[in-house]
Amino acid sequence: MTISILDYDMGNIKSIENALTFLNSKLEIVKKPKNLNGEKIIIPGVGAFGQAMKSLEPFREKIKGEVKKGTPILGICLGLQAFFEKSEETSSTDGLGLLKGEVVKIDTDQNLPHIGWNTLKIENSECPLFKGVQNGYVYFVHSYHAPPRENILTATSDYGTDITASVWKDNIYGTQFHPEKSGEVGLKILKNFLEL
Amino acid sequence: MLSKRIIPCLDCDLGVPEGRVVKGVEFENLKEAGKPAKLAEKYYKEGADEIVFLDITASKQKRETMSHIVKNTSENVFVPLSVGGGINSIESARKIFNSGADKISINTAALKNPNLVEKISKRFGSQATIVAIDAKRRVIDSEEPEDRITIETPEGKAWYESSIYGGSKFTGKDAIKWAKEAEERGAGEILLTSMDMDGQTEGYDIPLTKKISEELSIPVIASGGCGNPKHIYEVFKETEASAALAASIFHYDEYSIKEVKEYLDDRDIPVRL
Repeated sequence: MTISILDYDMGNIKSIENALTFLNSKLEIVKKPKNLNGEKIIIPGVGAFGQAMKSLEPFREKIKGEVKKGTPILGICLGLQAFFEKSEETSSTDGLGLLKGEVVKIDTDQNLPHIGWNTLKIENSECPLFKGVQNGYVYFVHSYHAPPRENILTATSDYGTDITASVWKDNIYGTQFHPEKSGEVGLKILKNFLEL
Repeated sequence: MLSKRIIPCLDCDLGVPEGRVVKGVEFENLKEAGKPAKLAEKYYKEGADEIVFLDITASKQKRETMSHIVKNTSENVFVPLSVGGGINSIESARKIFNSGADKISINTAALKNPNLVEKISKRFGSQATIVAIDAKRRVIDSEEPEDRITIETPEGKAWYESSIYGGSKFTGKDAIKWAKEAEERGAGEILLTSMDMDGQTEGYDIPLTKKISEELSIPVIASGGCGNPKHIYEVFKETEASAALAASIFHYDEYSIKEVKEYLDDRDIPVRL
């Protein structure tokens, strides 16, 4: 089984590559839509929403096609945010619209960005990503988050307010935190995705 | 709730193949300190929240060695990995990121060319850009100098001067002002080292860390002076520091990272256990 990691020039993909290699996964770094053919797809990403959508534009139809086909797809951080309809960070740009809701700035009295280790509060333990995972700490780096407008929230985290930590709808999975940088807990979550 | 981060710092001498960790270790004990990649993996397994590599040789010829170390480390360490020392351009930063680092820290190059902070943070993101500040306390004996931010310290009223080249050259630049400027220019975190406390194992510079962590909204990593878990407790209790960096207490095996975290947890400091 090969995992396609989408490299659309939004941040360092080396870490996710290292984590998957550590988990003995076969992976392919994909830079062109026509090569997005893995049995599973991971969309990483760090940076601004507008730029990310611009870089993702050539992949839009291909990603939608893969989702329709049932290919398991995991969005990490900005990758998760891209699944939603739009973001107030760049309101002129549409998201992929695979999930209902708008990405908004975290409404908190605490400092932004939200950087560091925060506790994962699992809201839906049925989510396959959390099989064997207890409420542990995971690593976040972001200022925006995606409150879904449908019942797909699987974990939250408390940062003065409840923020979306992860979502799941059919074959679409997303984590706002970085499982590839979240120690043993993160590796377990990635392993669960690989074993879907 | 966000946890406080415990970060072991590995000062790397790259003069030998694969490098060696040197800080806080007597010369005859160098072997025990071990190779950077191995030590980083050990700390990761003990529960380090992040690993910092500092290239203290920082010469161009040794850059390949650092890339090699970062590559080997990042294959086995799944917490954020930061690398500093000698990074002075987009190109040199890219090389380190491509080797597997998550963040880079810049000090000398940023003070000499503050635009570099903007350039690196725009290209790689604020979250990946740490500005490291080595600050030296300057006690004021008579008249208050203009254009300086002063604070009360145990030695009296003082301002802090930023230094470059590993503390060997002073810039005249106010460290507190520079920290604010670095934040405005896009730094995602400040690694704040007190030159007065560094190596003394008597605790962090509380007044300085308190001042900068309160003034800034980005995370501040306290560094310099840690000799035991109580020092880490104090810096978290009395300042807004988000993370504490320490070297010798971990290298000497005086305390494991887990022990430090349990000590903090017992005193209600939120840590990842």
